[in-house]
Amino acid sequence: MESEEKTEPERKAAVRVEHLRRVYDSLVAVDDVSFEIYEGEIFGMVGPNGAGKTTTIECIEGLRRPDGGDIEVLGLHPRRDGYALRPRIGVQFQEGALQERLKVCEALDLFSSLYPRSTDWEALLEQLGLADKRDAHFDKLSGGQKQRLFVALALVNDPELVFLDELTTGLDPHARRAMWDLIRGIRDKGKTVFLTTHFMEEAERLCDRVAIIDHGRIVALDSPENLIRSLGAENRVVFTTEEAFGSQQLSNLPGVTRVEAIGERIVVYGHGDKLVVEVVNALTSSDIRFRDLRTEQPNLEDVFLTLTGHEMRD
Amino acid sequence: MRGLRKLTWTEMKLFFREPMATFFTLGFPLMILFLFGSIWGNKPAKEFGGFGYVDMSVPGFTAVIIASTGLIALAVTMATYREKGILRRLRATPLRPHTVLGAQVMVFFALTVFGMILLIIAGLLVFRLRFAGNALSVFAGFSLSTLSFFSMGFILAGLMPTARTAQIVAMVLFYPMIFLCGAYIPFHILPKTMQQFAEVLPLTHVVTLLRGLWMGHGWGEHLKEVGVLAGLMIVCVIVSAKTFRWE
Repeated sequence: MESEEKTEPERKAAVRVEHLRRVYDSLVAVDDVSFEIYEGEIFGMVGPNGAGKTTTIECIEGLRRPDGGDIEVLGLHPRRDGYALRPRIGVQFQEGALQERLKVCEALDLFSSLYPRSTDWEALLEQLGLADKRDAHFDKLSGGQKQRLFVALALVNDPELVFLDELTTGLDPHARRAMWDLIRGIRDKGKTVFLTTHFMEEAERLCDRVAIIDHGRIVALDSPENLIRSLGAENRVVFTTEEAFGSQQLSNLPGVTRVEAIGERIVVYGHGDKLVVEVVNALTSSDIRFRDLRTEQPNLEDVFLTLTGHEMRD
Repeated sequence: MRGLRKLTWTEMKLFFREPMATFFTLGFPLMILFLFGSIWGNKPAKEFGGFGYVDMSVPGFTAVIIASTGLIALAVTMATYREKGILRRLRATPLRPHTVLGAQVMVFFALTVFGMILLIIAGLLVFRLRFAGNALSVFAGFSLSTLSFFSMGFILAGLMPTARTAQIVAMVLFYPMIFLCGAYIPFHILPKTMQQFAEVLPLTHVVTLLRGLWMGHGWGEHLKEVGVLAGLMIVCVIVSAKTFRWE
C-alpha cells in the first residue's frame, strides 16, 4: 500500500475523462465515468458485456459523441481536434471487418498510406506471425489471424496511444498469451495502451491498472494487486492427508485464522505471504505426510463479485 | 492525396476480383451488343435517322452500364461497407469523409468509362460504328448522367438497412428501367401507356441525351434531358447528404 502512494502523483495523463455520460434512447450506457490513463501504462477496462466499455472507448477515440462530460486525449479534444488526434492514435474495433478480397499486405500498404507517418509494416507482419499470410485475402483468414491483422493496422502509424477493444475475444489460450506478450512489448516501447476485456484473468495478468465497470459506472480503479488486497480476503492453503490430524497444530500458527477439515481434505485460511511456508514447515516438523498441496488466492473475479454482488457472466 | 490515390487503386483492384460484378457490369452489355448486332446488323435505318442499330446501341448500352454501376454496384458496395463496419474503420483513420466517398465515385466512374470504351471498340472493330457528334459533348453528357445515377446510388446505400435490401431495391429499379428506356427495346414499339411510364424513368432521359449527342444534336435540343438529370442530381445529393450513414 505505502509503496503505491509514492509513485502516484508524478505521472502524466495521456487520457483524462471527467463525468462522461452517454445515453441510448432510455438506456444510460455510461454514467458519470471519470478516470485518467497515465502515459506508458497498460490501462484496462473490465466488465461484463454491455457494461459500457465500448461506448467509453469510442467516445475517447472521438468516434462517438458523449452526452455529457469532458474528455482530453494527448492534450486534444477527441471530436473538435479529431484530425489532429487520429494520426497519433491506433484503433482496433471490437467487431472489425475489411473488404473480403483485400490481401493482408494490401491492407497494411493502404492503411500506412493514410497516415503522415508510418512504421515498417513488413516488420509488423513478421512480429505478429502473419508473414506467410501476406498474400491471403481477408476472408480466408482465421479469427485469430484477423485479430492480429487488426492489431497490425492499429500499430501501422506508430501511435503514441493504442486502443484495443476486446482484443482477445475468440482467440485460443495460446494465441491469447502471445497477444499479451505483444501488448507488453508495445508498452515497453513507451506507448500507452487502453484495452477493454471481459476476461478478468487478462486484466489481472496484463494491465498495470484496471477500472472495473458495471452498468455504466466505474466501481473500482487501481492496480490488480491493490484491488485484490483491498478485499482483505484470506488466502487458502489446501492439501490432502490420510493421517490422523489435530487441527489446532495449524490454527495456532501465525497468520492462520481457521482450519477446516472436510474428510481427507484440509483447508487452512489465513493472511500474509508466509502462510504457505508456515503450514509446510509445521507439517514437516510434525512428520505429517501430505499430498496435493496448493494455495488459492483471491483474484479479480472475487473483487468483481464482492463489489457488484453478481458474477461476471450473467 | 496519397491516401485517396491508394484507396482508389485498391478499390479498383477489388472490383476486378469479383467476377460476377465484372461480368455483369462490363461483359454483359458487350455480349448483348455482339448478339443483337449480329441479328440486326448496322445498316442505316429511317427510324434511327440514318444511323444503324449498333450506332444507337453503343450510347444506349452505355446508359445501361451507367445504371448498373450507379444503382447496383455503387449502392451495394457502400451498403456492404457500412454493414461490415469498413466505413467505420476508415473513418478512424485521418481520411476525410469526402475522400472515402470520392474514391468510390472515382472507381465507379472509371469503370463506367471503361465499359463505354469497350462498347466503342467492339462497335468499331466488328460493326463499322458511325459517330457524328462531338466527343467532348458526349463525354459531358455521359458525366452528367453518370453522376446523376451515382447520387441515386448513394441514397439507396444510405436508406437501405442492409446490403441485401439495397441489392433487391436496386434490382427492382434497374430491370424495368433498362427494358423501358429504349436501349434494348425500341421506344416506338412500346404501347402508349408504357411510353408514358417510360418517360418518367431517369434512364430514358440518359438514353435520349446520349443518343442525341452521339448523332450530333446540339445541347439546345436536349434541354429537357439535361434539366431532368441535373435536377435529379441536385435533389439526390441533398437527400443523400442527410440520409447517408457511416455505421
